[in-house]
Amino acid sequence: MRGHARWVRLSHWAATISFIALAFSGYVILMAHPRLYWGNTGNDLTPALLELPISRNYRHGGFERAEPIFQNAESPITAIRTYRMFNQNGWGRSLHFLSAWVLVGAGGIYLSIGALGRHFRRHLVPHRAELTTTAFRQEIRDHVRLKIPPATGGPSYGLLQKFAYSTVVFVVLPFTAITGLAMSPAIAAAVPLPAIFGGVQSARTLHFVAFVILMCFLVVHVLMIVKSGFRRQMRAMTFGA
Amino acid sequence: MRKPVAITRRQALLAGLMPVGSLILTGCSKELPPTYGHILRMGDTFTYAAHHALLPKQALVKEFSRNDISSFPAIGVTDPGDPKIRRPSHAYRALQRDGFRDFRLSVDGLVAKPTSLSLSDLQRLPSRTQITKHMCEEGWTAIAEWTGVPLSRVLDVAGVQPAARFVTFLSLDGRAESIDMLDALHPQTLLAYGMNGAEIPVRHGAPVRARVERQMGYKSVKYVQQIVVSDTFPDSSTGIIKAGWAWYAGI
Repeated sequence: MRGHARWVRLSHWAATISFIALAFSGYVILMAHPRLYWGNTGNDLTPALLELPISRNYRHGGFERAEPIFQNAESPITAIRTYRMFNQNGWGRSLHFLSAWVLVGAGGIYLSIGALGRHFRRHLVPHRAELTTTAFRQEIRDHVRLKIPPATGGPSYGLLQKFAYSTVVFVVLPFTAITGLAMSPAIAAAVPLPAIFGGVQSARTLHFVAFVILMCFLVVHVLMIVKSGFRRQMRAMTFGA
Repeated sequence: MRKPVAITRRQALLAGLMPVGSLILTGCSKELPPTYGHILRMGDTFTYAAHHALLPKQALVKEFSRNDISSFPAIGVTDPGDPKIRRPSHAYRALQRDGFRDFRLSVDGLVAKPTSLSLSDLQRLPSRTQITKHMCEEGWTAIAEWTGVPLSRVLDVAGVQPAARFVTFLSLDGRAESIDMLDALHPQTLLAYGMNGAEIPVRHGAPVRARVERQMGYKSVKYVQQIVVSDTFPDSSTGIIKAGWAWYAGI
């Protein structure tokens, strides 16, 4: 039985480290303004789609001298913020972008070798024989009961496992990257990415949704590692056997 | 028998790393902002070099319509002359008292003729009005209409020397922020004196504030009173880069 290839192990751990740093710094960034919106604009003076009670900035209400911008009843307003914000975005943002570069590097290596070689076809795409309703039902039943087969120290993967890995690798992580890039004013000037999502605040909200999905994946992934033999799995992903 | 592989793993790796190498090389051909040996600053510099290498030089940010103008919080210093703040500016209070009639914006450093412009001098220069999105690093956004003179016009008046690489804004509330010539000469980089069809209110940077549309809000310095052109990185102690903020905020 062949274990994980060296490039899989290397890119896996590089991605793990950068993912943890991204999740942590992303959370710190969100704490500075824990309100989510839809469209292009959103700030403390406009209604939010969702407010997260995750820092003292949550519903701080520290504004004074609100004034209308135009002389009509529906005019938007301006107001002076008097509240001393929680804001650690100085290092938070820089750490987020540095980690993003590491993930782009690890992901780029993983995707090019996986696509050029036979890794994806052999291990991530389900074989036709696997794709039966009976097999699918059986897999779901086993997972719900946490009946996880013991680790083999590498591929081949189960049907749901293949589905989870390919969704994260080919859909959720690229989506997170694109919604992240859409928030960059310099990139948005060159490529109108926010328009795809209905505005820069929509992109920010979807970036958060992608983060939640990835955190759910992380929890399930770690749970499966534990259930299938933690030591065996860690050894296989680190040393290859 | 083993089938021949079209591309070896080593070739794939090298092909993947090639653009990274060219990025580093193009980044190094010009002097980059200092990193102070700080790993986070190195990441910022890499982002800056990547944006320079990959993005078109003078792409314009999206402009909106008047109906899109939104509510706009005023944050940070909202009145430099306020005696309640840490270092109130008496000069600002005095200027404010007579409607900024005595306000002078000075342009010096690497320029052919150092210049000082009054508010009406600035208003006599060709103006530009744009409705753009202000993006705060905190995560909020607001749309406003800005009227002002493109910074490039003001630099033309003073005559920028060919060696110029950075432009620093110094403000009446003691702030300093610098941008590179690419952003300084960008058509949407303004010295704005109007907001939403009126004079800029004090809370939003009266009488003149910078608009650097391709970067985060903190680069759009309020209360600008001096512009310095330089060929070396203006390692200003008043800048927030020393406090741990990225100098380049295009992301």
